[in-house]
Formats: sequence, C-alpha cells, structure tokens
Amino acid sequence: MANMTIKKNPMPSQEPLVRAHNFDEVALGYDEATAIDEALRCLNCKNMPCVAGCPVNVHIPEFIAKIKEGDFEGAYQVIQQSSSLPAVCGRVCPQETQCESKCVRGIKGEPVGIGRLERFVADWHNAHSDELPLAAPSNGHKVAIVGAGPAGLTCAGDLAKKGYSVTVFEALHAAGGVLVYGIPEFRLPKAIVQKEVDHLISMGVEIKTNMVIGKTLTVDELNEMGYEAIFIASGAGLPNFMGIPGESLKGVYSANEFLTRSNLMKAYRENPVTPIMKGGCVAVVGGGNVAMDAARTALRLGAEKVYIVYRRSLEELPARREEVEHAMEEGIEFLLLHNPVEILGYENPEDRRDPKNGFVSGLKCIKMELGEPDERGRRRPIPIEGSEFMIDVDTVIMSIGTSPNPLIKMTTAGLEVNKRGGIIVEETTGETTRKGVYAGGDAVTGAATVISAMGAGKLAAKSIDEQLS
Amino acid sequence: MYKIVKKESLNPTVTLMEIEAPFVAAKAEPGQFIILRVNEEGERIPLTVAGYDRARGTVTIIFQIVGATTALLNQKNEGEYISDFVGPLGQKTKVEDLKKVCIVGGGVGCAIALPVARKLHELGCEVTSIIGFRSKDLLILEDEFRAVSDRLIVTTDDGSYARHGNVCMPLVEMFEAGERFDEVITIGPLIMMKFVVEAVRPTGIPCTVSMNPIMIDGTGMCGGCRLTLHRDGQRVTEFACVSGPDFNGYEVDFDEAMSRGAMYRDFERHAYEEACNLFSKEVR
Repeated sequence: MANMTIKKNPMPSQEPLVRAHNFDEVALGYDEATAIDEALRCLNCKNMPCVAGCPVNVHIPEFIAKIKEGDFEGAYQVIQQSSSLPAVCGRVCPQETQCESKCVRGIKGEPVGIGRLERFVADWHNAHSDELPLAAPSNGHKVAIVGAGPAGLTCAGDLAKKGYSVTVFEALHAAGGVLVYGIPEFRLPKAIVQKEVDHLISMGVEIKTNMVIGKTLTVDELNEMGYEAIFIASGAGLPNFMGIPGESLKGVYSANEFLTRSNLMKAYRENPVTPIMKGGCVAVVGGGNVAMDAARTALRLGAEKVYIVYRRSLEELPARREEVEHAMEEGIEFLLLHNPVEILGYENPEDRRDPKNGFVSGLKCIKMELGEPDERGRRRPIPIEGSEFMIDVDTVIMSIGTSPNPLIKMTTAGLEVNKRGGIIVEETTGETTRKGVYAGGDAVTGAATVISAMGAGKLAAKSIDEQLS
Repeated sequence: MYKIVKKESLNPTVTLMEIEAPFVAAKAEPGQFIILRVNEEGERIPLTVAGYDRARGTVTIIFQIVGATTALLNQKNEGEYISDFVGPLGQKTKVEDLKKVCIVGGGVGCAIALPVARKLHELGCEVTSIIGFRSKDLLILEDEFRAVSDRLIVTTDDGSYARHGNVCMPLVEMFEAGERFDEVITIGPLIMMKFVVEAVRPTGIPCTVSMNPIMIDGTGMCGGCRLTLHRDGQRVTEFACVSGPDFNGYEVDFDEAMSRGAMYRDFERHAYEEACNLFSKEVR
C-alpha cells in the first residue's frame, strides 16, 4: 500500500542556532522506520521518469523497492551499479532539479525524497559493512586520470570494475578534489569522502598525490609511460574577481581560498596551523552553492554578522533551495538586488605602522533592479543610480565563479579549448580534440555540479572501454 | 613521503636541505618553486628551488627559520621524511639571449639567486653578482657565488664583513661609472627589491624580480598569491603561482605586496612562539 502523504518525511537536522556554531553535519539522516515510510511514497512508475533525471541513471525505483522490503544492503547494491559515490551524492546532489523534479508525486505535493533515501542507504551500508570491494581481474590496459575529484574518481571506479589498471594523478596532497577542499564538513563530512576513496584503492586504483599534470608530468609523458588513454578532470581552477577597487586589500578572499583554508587545511579547528580570518562582519559576494558554503563557514568560524550580496533577486539565486533555507535559518542576511562597487580599506594617516592599515573596513554597494531578460532568459540587473551605500565589514569573500585552469592546455599539443578556456570534447564520447585523451567535469564545463562531473566521468569510462577493448 | 638526503646549517637561521623527489628534480629550472608540507597535519608552504640534481633525483631548498612551519622543518634530520613535496611550479627564469647580467641577491633570497647565476654562467653570460646580508654571521653561499660570477660584490648592512652598506650602493656606482647590463635580476626581501628597481629605473635596463607571496595550492586555484601590476596605465591582476614568480619589476605594486604579505603577521608570530616553546620543552 503506497503512502499517499503529500509531504516528504522531513530531514532531521541540528537546530539552526546550535549548528551555526559547530562544524558537525547539519542534516542527521533518516532512521530505518522513516526511510521505509518515505520509500512507501514511491509509486514504482513503469516509465521511471526519475531515472532519466539522474545524470548517472541510478535505478531509482529499484533501490527504493528494496528499502520498502527492509533490504537496505540490497538497495545499496542497486545504487552501486550506477554510482561510485552514493554517500556523497545523497548529500550534495541538487535532486530538486534532477531526479526529484521528474517524480510523479511532485505533481500534487512533494516528490519522493530520493536524495534522502540514497543517503540513508549509503550510510546504512557504511555503518554495517566493513567489507571492501576486491580488485577485478586485470585486463592489461593502463589508464591515467588527471584529478581525484568527483569526475576522476567516478571514471576510476568504473574502469577499475572492468579490470583496467588505473592511476589517478592529484595535484593536492589529498584525494577528493572539491569534495575535500570546497564542500564544508557540515555538509559533507570528510570521513565519508575518505571511505569512498578507500573503496577505490581496495579495488586496485592507484592514487598519486602531489602530481601536477602540466608541470610535474605532461600528457605526452603519460602517453610515453604506457597509459593508453587519459581522462582530464582537473576541475575549474582560477577564481574570478570583480575588478572593482580594493580587491587586493587584506581580508579579501576568493571563495576557493577561504574554503580551502577551512576545509582542506583545517583552519576551522582549534589552534590550526593554517591561518584564516575569523569573526567580525563578513560579506560573501555571489549566490551559488559555493557562496552559501562560504557564508555558513564564516558564520561557524565566529562571525558576528554574515551577508550574502547578490545582484539579482531570490528567484534567480542559483544555489539549491535547501542550502538557501539553511543559510537563512542560521541567520545569514541576504542583501538581494545589491552589487558591490568598491571595497574600502582602513588607512591611518597619522601612523603608517598601524597594524590595521590595509585591512578591509567596508563594502560599498549599489542597489539594482531587474530589466529585460538576457540571452539565457535571466532578467538583467541594472544599477539604480545614486543608490550607493556602505556596509561595515572586515572580510569580503568573492564567490562569483571560476575559470578552467590553463596548466594542462599550456603544455598539451592538440588539445583545443573554447573561448572561456573549457576543454572542447565530443559530446557523445567525452573525447577531446586529441585522440585517446578525454576530458570532463568543470575542466570542460566551468563550475557545475558534483553529479554532472560524475556523469562526465562515467561517459569517459564507457568511451575509454570502447576504445581499448 | 619524501626523504631528506642532506641537511646543512648555513647560518644560525638558514638551513639547506636536499630532498629526494625524482619527478620534481627531472623538471625543475631556476626560478621555479615547490610546495611542501612537513607532516600530515601541516601547512602548505612555497619555497623557491635553490638547486637540483637530475641524476640523483634530488631538489635543494634553502629556507630561513621564520615561522612555525620552517621551525618544524628544521627539526627534521637527514634520513627522515616530509609528507609532501610538489612541483616544479611557476615559470622558469628567462635566461636565454642574455650576454651580460647583474644578479642582486639579499639574505636568504641569495639561495634562489644562485641557481639563476649558475645557469647564466653555464650559458656563457657575463655575470656580476651583488649579494647583501645584514651582518657577517648571516652570510651564505659566498664561495658558490664566486664560482659562477665574473665579478662578486658582498655587502653587509652593519659593515661587519666586506663592503659596508646595502646592495643598491655598488649598483648605483656601477651605473654612474657608465656600466650597463642586458638585465638586472633581483631576489630578496620585498623592500630590497623595491629599492633595487628604483635604482635601476633611470637606466631603463630591464629589471626582473622574484615574488614569493602567500599561497596555498600553487596551481592557480586559491588566488591568494595575486599581485597588482601597473602595465600601460592599467591595473592588472596576476597570480604569482601561474604567471610568476618572476615579474617585470617596473610593473609590480610593491607596497601592496608588502601589505598583503603581512596579513597573518600576528597569527604567524604567535604560532612561531608556540612552536619554539614546544621544541625547547622537548629538548629539556
């Protein structure tokens, strides 16, 4: 008997005013009874619209059916066929615009909480099984993957399952890419990422850290070393700045730097070895998920006041609804239809050695209104003349996107990029303009989602398998 | 893990280490840098390459003990390991087509200037080196510089050794005597490089400086190492880790770079004191 309740089972979460001061995970996850109750809301549609909404086509009704039976491990095995990182996806996927947006239950009421169920299943498995997957028998082929983020790890997992000898080259000292340097602990505990990485290692995937492809080794050298195919998943590197006065003042960060200091370098811990500016008033410029992560991290680091400054309205705000709601509940103030025009710094004319000199003291913003839609259909923000005003802040975090990293392109002949620097690939295969070299994730698209990067990793794995087998 | 195959104290505050890192050693060129972490919980710090031995697969770093991480690194001994060592990062110093160059090094910056001087010397370039230190007990690499320089001038700020004064003084004298170079390359404290640039400016000789700003990843991801350059009347932002560390000295906004370099001064001083206390307790 289907559960015809209109609403999803709510996600148990830490209280907003408690969680705003710690780095523990916000969402606590369903228990078994809630998971079964939520699973019973699934109508098990024949045409499975939700599966088409998933970039990696997880067999959603099938895994939910296993939950209904209480066979949680069985549910995990179903997800595992399509996704290498279920505990991650269950937490960070924008399900509301993917699988859940296609759910029939969403027509009258809320869709089935597919993401919450996926997370439940992955966590149940991790809590109940220490079994590590075994390496598949070798097929004798060597593949190199550049970047140990979601695209690279997914591709590695899929190829390792088929018996490929896979080496992942990672520039940083830890595997995980944006999952470890970008997404904060309170949204994605790092132990979960490590567990997924450990799974890959036990499947025979070799991860070489501290290897910057384009510098330490080039793509040509990887070919010479016997790698028959190469998948470039090096991410979107360079942070964008606005080009307004004051961006070089002390206390102005890119979101990448701020989050990397806190997440990868653990500056959020007590007595950290890597410094970060804590406390005071913080303005985060931008409206994406990264902006929400930066704002909520600043709050947890002890900021008195955190603003999101976004030039359009709430309707256009690109972050996931859930993240926006969480941020609002925690007390982050949204300055919508506002755009920074200048960052002001402290300068003591009497004392050149005043230690406060050169630090941020304020942010000058201008109010905006929405005009005609642009080529992408979003209404263009227009400044309202004479509406400038100041907010007092000590830290400004620029979270207005990134551009693909040029390091690989600069040293790889035959690899073409588009005018924004993204690597050009054949859409159906993921192959670049250089034969045997594939690319995917943010290195191709510019900043996008974890799951779309995973989709690109899967596609590349399939194409590489077709090329080499 | 990366093995320390050699450790040598050059003076009480400056240490040389040769690290086994074959992939880095195979590619490193003068002017490039590496990033290291001493241990699993450590901070990432950039250090410019002071030398490399492709056959042995080692890279030499020379560092001044100025903070918690360099103090921790200095606790490590030959035969021990550090967690991470990645590179070579950044662009190499341009040494091609130079016939006559003046290298101006200051303090521990001389460690980075040496491989540049050596490379130029090997290419048959006439090398004048001016190396400056605060005092005699901080002097490093004098013999090494002499071996690769056609002319070497050593200065000390307090006059305790060789010529009394700063590195700009002999440079200006040479210019006044009509001496010219294809290029002046200067590596040292920001304030020294700023004054060297000003000393060279009237001659119009190209002047290259080596910047070492705060950075984390070293691959262009964090943007922490951004510098402002004044180029053709425009303010241009560049990331030192991708386009540098070498820049046209006439374009660099040194005042801003000095200000940014001091962003975490209080934190660093505190961390350094903590580290020193910890080490002295261990010794007791």
